[in-house]
Amino acid sequence: MSPNPVIEFSNVSYRTADSRELIHQLNLTILRGETLVLLGRSGSGKTTTLKLINNLLVPTEGELRVENKPTKDWDVIRLRRTIGYVIQETGLFPHFTVAKNIGLVPSIENWPKEKVEQRVSEMLQLVGLDALLAKRYPRELSGGQRQRVGVARALAADPPILLMDEPFGALDPITRTDLQHEFIALQQRLRKTVVFVTHDLREALLLATRIALMEEGKLVALLSPKEFLQSPDPLVKKYVAAFGNGELTRTP
Amino acid sequence: MNVWQFIAQNWDQVLHLTLEHLWLAGFATFLAAIVAIPLGILISRKPILSGPVITTANVIQTIPSLALFGFLLTAPWIGERSGRLAILALALYALLPLIRNTYVGIKGVDPAVIEAARGMGMTNGQILWQVEVPLSLSVIVAGLRVAIVLSIGITTIAAAIGAGGLGEFIFRGLAMVNNAVILAGAIPAALLAITADASLGWLEKRLTAH
Repeated sequence: MSPNPVIEFSNVSYRTADSRELIHQLNLTILRGETLVLLGRSGSGKTTTLKLINNLLVPTEGELRVENKPTKDWDVIRLRRTIGYVIQETGLFPHFTVAKNIGLVPSIENWPKEKVEQRVSEMLQLVGLDALLAKRYPRELSGGQRQRVGVARALAADPPILLMDEPFGALDPITRTDLQHEFIALQQRLRKTVVFVTHDLREALLLATRIALMEEGKLVALLSPKEFLQSPDPLVKKYVAAFGNGELTRTP
Repeated sequence: MNVWQFIAQNWDQVLHLTLEHLWLAGFATFLAAIVAIPLGILISRKPILSGPVITTANVIQTIPSLALFGFLLTAPWIGERSGRLAILALALYALLPLIRNTYVGIKGVDPAVIEAARGMGMTNGQILWQVEVPLSLSVIVAGLRVAIVLSIGITTIAAAIGAGGLGEFIFRGLAMVNNAVILAGAIPAALLAITADASLGWLEKRLTAH
């Protein structure tokens, strides 16, 4: 992979209005086509890092560049439509049908109606959902189906970058495993630049090109899955130990 | 003469007063809605304003209706025509449930949904009209339901200042000590309120389906 940076954090810090520092001096470069997993326990700053990328949060210090342009110079609406965003299932619009949810970004981008419809059926197929589900509402779907709709919605306008915030976190283990494998297959075809947040080391090892381990708002390690398991770094070792060393090496 | 005989003999007047009643209550609620719903949206955006606005509407609501009619009678342009006055007073009463429900409804939309909308690049206007308003519509309609039922009730009192409506029968019956006349006003007024409540309740339920 040629080192082609898509997202670059340079000395980025983020402090809340009441002066709590959630991100401290973050330096991180995310390359085109990779799946970078932000791993860490609750409150380590993973989600905050993600929200800085699509400018839902604005860095209080440092600079963040997306596609070689500082986020503060981007038109924020443009930036967000360039970036697909998947969050836990709550993010679907409950009053929109599946088709309307998936077609949302193309619609607000004023694509012609037929093109939106065509795109919606392509997307349903891509994520393995029956075309008959298009007219349903999110509440009429299973958790796994809802999450597939979430992925389809994020991909609908074909954004080069995809942010995923614990997208499979609320699913049962079997559905989660299915979706993880579908995600791998999808990513092999689409080669998006993906930033994926999880606290599940197993998920990180399975999906990541590189794993960025975060702790208290700092990046503490940036390693490939293989390196991660063998790292002598005490913080990494602690994380690996928490998930049970032996079991992990047997994970396919 | 019992109430049914009275209604049968004076059906044209009953109909006229019922329609007048509906007009007063309906138009007042409509006026209140076009002020209160945007105001409710505004205070959901500007939290600093929410306290003062809701408190003001609350204070208006606590003024006894007959007293409010009395106050307004002394006002220059408004006091000249009782219909005008009644509509204004009724609209003032309808403000609170409408403002409050719009505000609560919009504030009650799941923040995760709003954040997803922002994250996908929807503009503030798109978020308001395509997400927040549709998702709070059932709560806003619930406010409308309270407002219209309240207005229909208070409109009966508006007859005391000569604004018309079914209260005319009630007050006339009271003066004549004639129960049939009182009931000829009271029964249709109650039916109006019940019908309005039931139909808006039905609408509210339909909108809550999501």
